[in-house]
Amino acid sequence: MPTAWLVWAAFTDHLGANPAETLQLQTGRWALRLLLVTLAITPLRRLTGWNDAVRFRRMLGLFAFYYATLHFLIYLVLDQYFDWRAIVKDIAKRPFITMGFTALMLLVPLALTSTKGWIRRLGRRWQTLHRLIYVSAVCAVIHFIWKVKVVIGEPVLYAGILTVLLGFRVIWWLRRRTVRRVARPVRPSNLPVH
Amino acid sequence: MLIRNAPDVRSSEVTDERQYLRRREFIRLAAVSPAASTPASGDQSPLQIAKHVVTTDEKVNTFEQITNYNNFYEFGSDKSDPARYAGQLHTSPWTVKIDGHCARPADYHVEDLIKPFELEERIYRHRCVEAWSMVIPWVGIPLASVLRRAEPTSKATFVEFTTLLRPSEMPGQRDPILNWPYTEGLRMDEAMHPLAILAVGIYGKTLLNQNGAPIRLVVPWKYGFKSTKSIVRIRFVDRMPHTAWSDQNPSWYGFYSNVNPDVSPVRWDQSRERRLPGLFATRKTLIFNGYGDQVASMYAGMDLRKNY
Repeated sequence: MPTAWLVWAAFTDHLGANPAETLQLQTGRWALRLLLVTLAITPLRRLTGWNDAVRFRRMLGLFAFYYATLHFLIYLVLDQYFDWRAIVKDIAKRPFITMGFTALMLLVPLALTSTKGWIRRLGRRWQTLHRLIYVSAVCAVIHFIWKVKVVIGEPVLYAGILTVLLGFRVIWWLRRRTVRRVARPVRPSNLPVH
Repeated sequence: MLIRNAPDVRSSEVTDERQYLRRREFIRLAAVSPAASTPASGDQSPLQIAKHVVTTDEKVNTFEQITNYNNFYEFGSDKSDPARYAGQLHTSPWTVKIDGHCARPADYHVEDLIKPFELEERIYRHRCVEAWSMVIPWVGIPLASVLRRAEPTSKATFVEFTTLLRPSEMPGQRDPILNWPYTEGLRMDEAMHPLAILAVGIYGKTLLNQNGAPIRLVVPWKYGFKSTKSIVRIRFVDRMPHTAWSDQNPSWYGFYSNVNPDVSPVRWDQSRERRLPGLFATRKTLIFNGYGDQVASMYAGMDLRKNY
C-alpha cells in the first residue's frame, strides 16, 4: 500500500529535499485515484457484468477518505501547525483550498454512514446521500487543477477520467428517463371529459 | 518589524591564508588524483575563489538537496525533472550576448565574460515563491561588474535576461507551459546592486545544468523565479521587460516579486516558509528575504502591495 511505501521512504530518507511536500502530494494523489477507482466500480459492473466488484466499493471509498484525511492532517500539522485562524482564512480566501476542504467535508457523512446499520436505517435515502461522492470527486479534481502552477499532465488526466466515469451515469440516466417516458401510458385525466 | 542584520563574514568561513596560498597545489593534486578530479555527480570542475561573503549563519543546504530539487521548467515541471533531464544539455561552447542601450555591445564566450573578475563565494538564502527556502553557497561575480563593462547609456532603465531556447535538449520547452524562451528583468538600480550576482558555481565547483549552468542570475531578495538560469542574452532596455511568469499569470506574479510576508498575490500564503529539508512551514518569512538593510532603500516610497 502507498502508506507502507511512504513510511518506508520517510525512514530511509527517500522523500527528497522537501519531505513534507512529497507526503502532501502523495496522499492527495492517492485520495483522488481511489475516489476515481471507487467511481469506476459501477460502470465496470454494468459493462462487464462482474457484479462481485461491488464488494470492494466500500473499502475503496473508505481508503479514499483515509488518504484525504491524511492529506488534510499534513496541511493542518506541517503547513499550518494548528494555526486555526490561518486555516480558516486560507479556506475562506484561497479557492483551491476551499475546493479541497469541500471535497473532504462531503466525504465525511459518506464515511460515517458506510456501516451496515446505517445502510439499513437510511434505506433508499442512503443511495441518494452517497451520490455526494460525485460532487466530492469534481471538487477534488478542481482542487488539483487550481493547485498547480501550469495545468498539464496529471490533473488533466484525472479530469478526463472523471468526465468519462460521470459521463456513463449521465448517459444511463438520460436513457432511463426516455425509456420511462415512452413506457408511461397516456393518462385519462388529460383527455377531455365527456 | 525586526529586520535581521546580515552578519559579516565569519572568520571560520574564510579560507585560511595558508590553504589559499597552496590553492594551485591543491588544483594540481586534484588533477592527478582520479578520486579528487571525479566529483560524485556530474562533470564539475573546481573554481578558484578569491573572496567569501557569508550573509547568513544558517545551516547551508547539502549539495544533494540543492541539485535534486529544482524548478527549471525547461526540463519539466516536476522538481526531480531537472536533475533527470538536464544532463543532456550541452553548455560548451556557450555565448552570452550583451546588447541593447549600451556603448559596448558584444558576444562573449562565457569564460571570457567571467575571466576579468575575481570569483566570490556568496552564501545566500534562497526563497522560492512556493514558500520553501534553502541556503546556497553560490560562486559568482557581481552582476554590476559585467553590466558596467558594457557601458550602458542613460536610456538603459531596465535589464532583460533571456534563457537558452533549445527544445531538442530542453524537453520542457516542447510544451507551451510558458512563453519560451524564459525572460526575466530587473530595474537598472536592482541589477547594479552589489548583492545581485551572476553565478557560475555552487560548493566551489562549476554549476550543474539543473541549477542553470553555465551562468545564471542570483537575486537573493526576490523570489527564485527572478533568477534567470542558463543565460544567453543580457539586454539593456528602456521599458519594463516582459517576464515569463507574469505573462503566464499577471495576477499571481508581479514584475518586482520581492520577498514579502505581507503580500501574497500568489495562491500561496507568503507569511511563513519551510526551510528545507524541514517538515514544518513555521519559519517566518523576512521582508526582502532578510536583505532589507541592503535593498529596502531602492523601494522607498513605493507601494509594495501594488508593485508586488
